[in-house]
Amino acid sequence: MGLTKRGRWLLSLTAVLALGSVLGFMTLNVHSDWAFIVQYRGTRLLAMLLVALSMGLATVVFQTITHNRILTPSLMGFDVLYVLVHTLALLLWGTEFGKGWPLELRFILEVTVMVSIALLLFRWLFNGSVRGLHMLILLGMVGGLLFRELADLSARVFDPSEFSIQQGSSVANFNRVNLQLLWVGLAAAVFCSGLLFHLRRQLDVLSLGRDVAINLGVPYRKAVTLLMLVIGALLSISTALVGPMLFFGLLVANLAYWITGSHQHRWTLPASVLAAIVCLIGGQVLFEHLLSTRLPLAMVIELCGGVLFIALLLRGVKQ
Amino acid sequence: MAVTSSTRAQPRTLLWLLGTLILVVGLALVSLNVGASRMNLLHLFTQPDDRITQLLFVSRWPRTLALILAGASLAVAGLLLQMMARNRLVEPSMVGTVDAAALGVLLCAIVAPSMALWLKFSVVSLFAVMGTVLFLAVLKRIPLRSALIVPLLGLVLAGVIAAASGLLAHQFELSQALRSWNSGDFSAILRGRYELLWAAAGITVLAMLLADRFTVLGMGKDFATNVGVNYPALLALGVLLVSMIIASVVVIAGALPFIGLIVPNLVRLLTGDNVRRAIPVVALAGSALMLAADLLGRVLIHPYEIPSATLLAIAGSLVFIVILVRGRRQWA
Repeated sequence: MGLTKRGRWLLSLTAVLALGSVLGFMTLNVHSDWAFIVQYRGTRLLAMLLVALSMGLATVVFQTITHNRILTPSLMGFDVLYVLVHTLALLLWGTEFGKGWPLELRFILEVTVMVSIALLLFRWLFNGSVRGLHMLILLGMVGGLLFRELADLSARVFDPSEFSIQQGSSVANFNRVNLQLLWVGLAAAVFCSGLLFHLRRQLDVLSLGRDVAINLGVPYRKAVTLLMLVIGALLSISTALVGPMLFFGLLVANLAYWITGSHQHRWTLPASVLAAIVCLIGGQVLFEHLLSTRLPLAMVIELCGGVLFIALLLRGVKQ
Repeated sequence: MAVTSSTRAQPRTLLWLLGTLILVVGLALVSLNVGASRMNLLHLFTQPDDRITQLLFVSRWPRTLALILAGASLAVAGLLLQMMARNRLVEPSMVGTVDAAALGVLLCAIVAPSMALWLKFSVVSLFAVMGTVLFLAVLKRIPLRSALIVPLLGLVLAGVIAAASGLLAHQFELSQALRSWNSGDFSAILRGRYELLWAAAGITVLAMLLADRFTVLGMGKDFATNVGVNYPALLALGVLLVSMIIASVVVIAGALPFIGLIVPNLVRLLTGDNVRRAIPVVALAGSALMLAADLLGRVLIHPYEIPSATLLAIAGSLVFIVILVRGRRQWA
């Protein structure tokens, strides 16, 4: 089954917009030689593409296995969990023992720890002991608050004078991208998206609900565990590159559902990525070159996402 | 109205009152003795000199007093808000009151940095009132099927207001200042810089005297009107009292989250559901918690300080999660 006429039209429009944003980002207001531009803007572009890819895919898949459109991994505090793990890991890397390790290896270790904790949390939250959507979101949001303050506390305790410098990294920022992890992130993100695309039909079945999925022959537990691993890895990549974002995933996933008007993952997954590209890179082009404001895009996106969240919540309650 | 009387407390409540009072006095004494510079309260009597009296009356004593006043006011404000929202899972920092107040402080800093204190207090109070009214107005529009929707909505509203202030602060290069207003602490309290908190204390006493009426308010509009309470007027008064308490604390120390959530729920656990009778215990326990958080922040990485807001947020979110998980059958 394909898309409706409206869905096809909107999806193509999004694709064109995404392409236009990428081209605009690379070509607008070029005043110096191309080698520098490709080097400077190219790496930033690549980082933002990776963030768009990770956030879009992770959120759509998470919403599929939890069967709703409000819950996202960021709202459950998963990306702040990565910040906490990273802050605590800095302690180990500062010692003699951890000093010589390459950055990529550190990143992989941090991701492993973060994904394991996320998996445990997920098991506990979704094994049936916690009921009700509102309960889940509240636990997630307050848990996220706890993780953030714990990261803040440990940063202060370990190094009070360095604190103010390190503090900047706990808020998302697209102008200060962590480029050192770009290539590991690229490899991991490409691998994860390939895997998800391969599993797209299984995801379609999973969205029908646990019982139906088992009935149709999906090894439910195994499949959900694998998907959670992928979600954890994708979120770590995005958070490591630009920092945590609470509502971005929510915004992008709901845009994807609205654009395609479909539940099939072969449409919603690419649509979410394209929508994320338009939001991130298109927004950056708009702010930087067309409006030439210094308004931080991350904060504007958070504001829009927060308002969308309230609207979804009120609509869900009214139904 | 006050026939069963808030004065005739049960013996158990009296015992708790005594216990919290001793706790507050003990913590206050420790607080007077702890700080970056070495000083012992006993030296005041054994070897009095100018340096010690100076230190005590300019820095330590004001700080301790400010902690006691702020803690008590915040705890009572939390209780009041819980009665008005008819939900025990909310508190001013979770519904947008505190974030709106911080927005007010930010606007004051942008428009007129050297504004007189009373004017600043009025502006910030006005913003806090607007934040609270926004929350209550949105709350009125939704049918209350789940008790959890109330704190959830409050948290997101607070987040949206905070994001707006973040944008504004970024435009005017006040991000660093906003961050310090959002994580309150008492390290900058000296004589002459905390006296606004006496206003908060006065409002708190007023709220305690009116506790009976606010309990009736918590039973809903129809019931309250039926027993002869002017519901809209009382609700407006409640909003005003909570907002003014929050405004004074935010202006003096910054945002101090979760005291209004932890303390009333804890006291409810200890003395039973009739918190109206135990409202002095709530105030004293608030002071004790505030003193403890500040003390811990002072000794943990001595001679540096950790803002009490950070420690309170950690304790508060843990308590919140415990309340949620313990009562999960009841909420669902």
